[in-house]
Amino acid sequence: MSAKKKNICTIIALIALGVFLVIVEQTTTESSMMRSVLQLSAIYALAAVSMNLLNGFTGLFSLGHAGFMAIGAYVFAIITIPVSKKGNVYYLYGVNDILANVELQPVLALIIAGVVAAALAALIGAPVLRLKSDYFAIATLGFAEIVRIVVASSPLNTITNGSLGLKSIPGFGSFYFPFIVVVVCIAIIILLINSTYGRAFKAIREDEIAAEAMGINLASHKQMSFITSSFFAGISGALMAMYLGAITSTTFPITLTYNILLIVVIGGMGSVTGSIVAAFLVTFAKEWWLRFLDQEMIIGTFQVPFLRTGFRMVVFSIILMLVVLFWRKGLMGQKEFSWDGLVRTLKKIGGIFTGKNRKPSASEGGGASE
Amino acid sequence: MSKENILKVCDVTMQFGGVVAVNNLNMEINKGEIVGLIGPNGAGKTTAFNTITGVYAPTNGAIYLEGKVIAENHPSGKMKSAYKGQNMGKYHKAVLLTPDKITKLGIARTFQNIRLFKDLTVFENVLIAKHMNYRANPFSATFRLNHKEEKAMREESLRLLTLLDLEKNKDDIATSLPYGKQRHLEIARALATNPKLLLLDEPAAGMNPQESDELMEFIHRIRDDFHLTILVIEHHMQLVMGVCERIYVLDYGSLIAEGTPEEIQNNPKVIEAYLGVDE
Ligand SMILES: Nc1ncnc2c1ncn2[C@@H]1O[C@H](COP(=O)(O)OP(=O)(O)OP(=O)(O)O)[C@@H](O)[C@H]1O
Ligand SMILES: [Mg+2]
Repeated sequence: MSAKKKNICTIIALIALGVFLVIVEQTTTESSMMRSVLQLSAIYALAAVSMNLLNGFTGLFSLGHAGFMAIGAYVFAIITIPVSKKGNVYYLYGVNDILANVELQPVLALIIAGVVAAALAALIGAPVLRLKSDYFAIATLGFAEIVRIVVASSPLNTITNGSLGLKSIPGFGSFYFPFIVVVVCIAIIILLINSTYGRAFKAIREDEIAAEAMGINLASHKQMSFITSSFFAGISGALMAMYLGAITSTTFPITLTYNILLIVVIGGMGSVTGSIVAAFLVTFAKEWWLRFLDQEMIIGTFQVPFLRTGFRMVVFSIILMLVVLFWRKGLMGQKEFSWDGLVRTLKKIGGIFTGKNRKPSASEGGGASE
Repeated sequence: MSKENILKVCDVTMQFGGVVAVNNLNMEINKGEIVGLIGPNGAGKTTAFNTITGVYAPTNGAIYLEGKVIAENHPSGKMKSAYKGQNMGKYHKAVLLTPDKITKLGIARTFQNIRLFKDLTVFENVLIAKHMNYRANPFSATFRLNHKEEKAMREESLRLLTLLDLEKNKDDIATSLPYGKQRHLEIARALATNPKLLLLDEPAAGMNPQESDELMEFIHRIRDDFHLTILVIEHHMQLVMGVCERIYVLDYGSLIAEGTPEEIQNNPKVIEAYLGVDE
């Protein structure tokens, strides 16, 4: 397929997705499952792609993602809760004087949320990035836990509202808002990955010693990837705050990191399109399609075993284990979606039905097996 | 050819715990030369490369590239009492450049056990080596404000691949290449950093006789085309004797001989080291 044709296909596909969103917006109610799961999926997609930048493209296995999302969410909430509602939100501890009259516009607040998360990444990056892989994972995991504890600690009561958490966070306003933010952010990440810096990240993932021998400064490039990843994690956290409307420190537990990691692994470490597709699949499955697993079901007099609250997560963990055991490369491996790849896959599937792809030698009567 | 030296290794000792891998090594390599570094297995050849390229900080001694110090060290801390080498106290500064800085100053290398960027294409492997001379910051690189530079980088890489007969494999994944081509790609990638000095660690390993003959010509060719100085580690004697103008011989970490190929071939110490004859 020619480059021009491919671009046209891509544009058509994007328009189709846009039209799909418009149809959803027109035909569903404000509180419909479809709307909210689509939005949540988009937020997870951004969280997963930003994690993939670090874990999949740079080869730095971080488990601190929920921490950076928490920072983004809290910063966003703190600077956007309407002044008129602050008294109500901070009723117990009172609001810090500096914040009393702060009420920023959401887009600006999103950027600030990302910047603060990135700044914290810069701060902890220097010591943490020096650690070898497993220790790096543990250190970032620890960082995420510290964030949670600090956020809920009493000295910050007048800012974070302690363990009560924050509410009255402004919502998306428009149904389209999260999709636009996510598309813009992911587009920037893709541009970065396809730039010379992205190639340097991949070089570090492939072989640190060789990358360094090619003149790539390991420390500064790892730092760059870590900061960028955290910036977008912060934004996804802020979107999560908008989506939920209320957050506490328990909104961003370690299991959130695992969920995002699951999406990244299922989609393929090192594949942006894989992460996006997996984010939608996993979120839809978890929030919608697999809901029945949590409900008791009685057919006639027979109670279907296992089905009760929490079973959904058991099934989910089993899926994760199966993926890791048998399908380590995930949906896409390190490849990206391409039209050529799609055509090839479709031909293969078509071949199964029409029998066209069969080799002449492998005719019914017991030809030579290959 | 001028006798200006490009690399000077002075009293370099590299000790790992109690193992002295390189013992008081002195080498001087002149601009434009092709020099061999040979020795039996475990003699310390690769370790010598690793100290020159900054992978290891030498325990003692100094290394200069074009008269500029790129490494200087002396035993300190625990090593002070454990040090078994010579010339302790002769070097005082601690200058330890990281490998990326040394590559920027003009030393490129290949690895004994090929270290390509495995899952990336041939073209990407070479492009990555061009990254260090890239001037645009991450922001302008991301938003393609510098596409001229990116274009130049791609053109140079393509030219290099064409020159080294790899352009047909441009979009192949590096590890899908046959072994000999992988070695060539590693050299291409090293050349993409625009080095002054190229270090080759057993480039003929795993090649058949015909391939290693071609490699011999190839080494001569790149020296001339890229105005290089080359230091090559090799076990393949025919290749070493055919390509090198001067040879250093290491045994148990120490230099036991130095000279032209004929001198080395007739040197009793070298014959002994290789044949393991007792005195
Ligand atoms: N990182 C290290 N830690 C400890 N010992 C090491 C290290 N690197 C090398 N050595 C030791 O140093 C000695 C020299 O090893 P080196 O790899 O330099 O030999 P070589 O001459 O390249 O051999 P070969 O021809 O097999 O490649 C060996 O005894 C090796 O075990
Ligand atoms: Mg070696």
